[in-house]
Amino acid sequence: MSNEPKLTVIPFGPQHPVLPEPVQFQFYVDEEKIVDVLPNIGYIHRGIERAAELNDYRRNLYLCERICGICNIIHGQTYAGLIEKMTDTEIPIRAKYLRTIWAEIARLQSHLLWIGLFAEAVGFESLFMKVWRDREIVLELTEATNGHRIHMGTTVIGGVTKDMDEALIRRYQKDMDKLKKEMDDWAHVFRKDPAFLSKTVNKGVLPKKDAVHSGAVGPVIRASGIPQDMRNNGYEAYGELDFEPVVYDNCDVQGRVLVRLDECYQSVDLIKKALNQLPEGPIAVKNEKFPDGETIYRTEQPRGEVFYYAKGNNTIHLERVRIRTPTLPNIPPLLGMLVGHDVADIPAIVHSIDPCMSCTERITDIKEVA
Amino acid sequence: MPSFLGNIIENLFGKPATVKYPFEKPEPVPGTRGELNFNMAKCDQCQDCERTCPSAAITVYPEEKRIEWNSFQCIYCHACVRACMHEAIEPLINVEAPDYKKRVKSFEA
Repeated sequence: MSNEPKLTVIPFGPQHPVLPEPVQFQFYVDEEKIVDVLPNIGYIHRGIERAAELNDYRRNLYLCERICGICNIIHGQTYAGLIEKMTDTEIPIRAKYLRTIWAEIARLQSHLLWIGLFAEAVGFESLFMKVWRDREIVLELTEATNGHRIHMGTTVIGGVTKDMDEALIRRYQKDMDKLKKEMDDWAHVFRKDPAFLSKTVNKGVLPKKDAVHSGAVGPVIRASGIPQDMRNNGYEAYGELDFEPVVYDNCDVQGRVLVRLDECYQSVDLIKKALNQLPEGPIAVKNEKFPDGETIYRTEQPRGEVFYYAKGNNTIHLERVRIRTPTLPNIPPLLGMLVGHDVADIPAIVHSIDPCMSCTERITDIKEVA
Repeated sequence: MPSFLGNIIENLFGKPATVKYPFEKPEPVPGTRGELNFNMAKCDQCQDCERTCPSAAITVYPEEKRIEWNSFQCIYCHACVRACMHEAIEPLINVEAPDYKKRVKSFEA
């Protein structure tokens, strides 16, 4: 199709104002309509998996936390969970609850970041400023917890490093109420504003069947009516918090906005619920064994399912580490969503999957130059 | 847009949410993970910090009773602070500023 002479090729990225990170799409367009899309990833490959094989398995925790800035808390918890599964370490119940609370804090700040960026991508700059100002509440909580706005760094293999005292718990509860009030201020814009809806409704349609067949994960598949969420498996403390995934049947960009918006409210509720039933006890156990055998571990990140595989050989090093982050399985559905839309809709649709390229790049393909 | 107009007008007359960074510096929050500061009176050169450091930013010279810390290699995870059994690392509460030179700080007994 791409060889037909009348089609025009429009390169989008790797540097583009709407993209926070480098990824390239080549759009084959007929007048204004998109006919075909070719993605090109591999601009920020960092060799994380190889580094994880060369490192001591305990130091890998800090490496995995730095795969992605936004999901650093959940990356750390997933790696710690993987090693705990390999070494049969049962972490204390209080540590499980604390991890759940901080994972939801991470989801909250990621979704608020995305909502702000999305508002900017559709040309709603004042809303972007407002959402990011409210995101500061969450970032200040992260800083108050362990002294860093983004990299919380509370996870260790066998538990957590930091306990929450009464004052911090009270601050969390107060700030969650404050955040909920602030979100009510702008949430209606995403649900009702006609200018906003004209950019999102019936754009980037991904039918239920295609969502399953192309292997979408996270809010993308939940906006197509499928309640697929790793938190359903009840890892950490999710099993005790009566978790129900947020599902919408819209199948379009608006559905993805609503899923993330409702997940913000859900995260606030989950944090408050977990704080209310926070059990007493120790926060960490010592991990004595070396990892051995093959294991997989999956958790739900703000963008979808993250998959960790590791193979140990009873030494301090891991033989193989494989990490699949949620943006990679969301790229094939994205290509289907874009076809048939106008060029002006590209930013909103590309942004609707919340692409995080630094997470994604695990493979690099060096092309031969003739 | 009309549904958000009230907020825009409020922002026009309200106080800014940001600080003018280089001129006004915000106070660091208590517990901020700042620069490392080795208390050499407590240190017994066991090298636990060097072994724990995920970014290899600490080098201990036991014979000379000296520790070198590369602040530009450090990722400020404070794993060394937790690993030190003599509590000899007393981190500062600050946010280190960027520099023209990649300095290495040396602590001597």
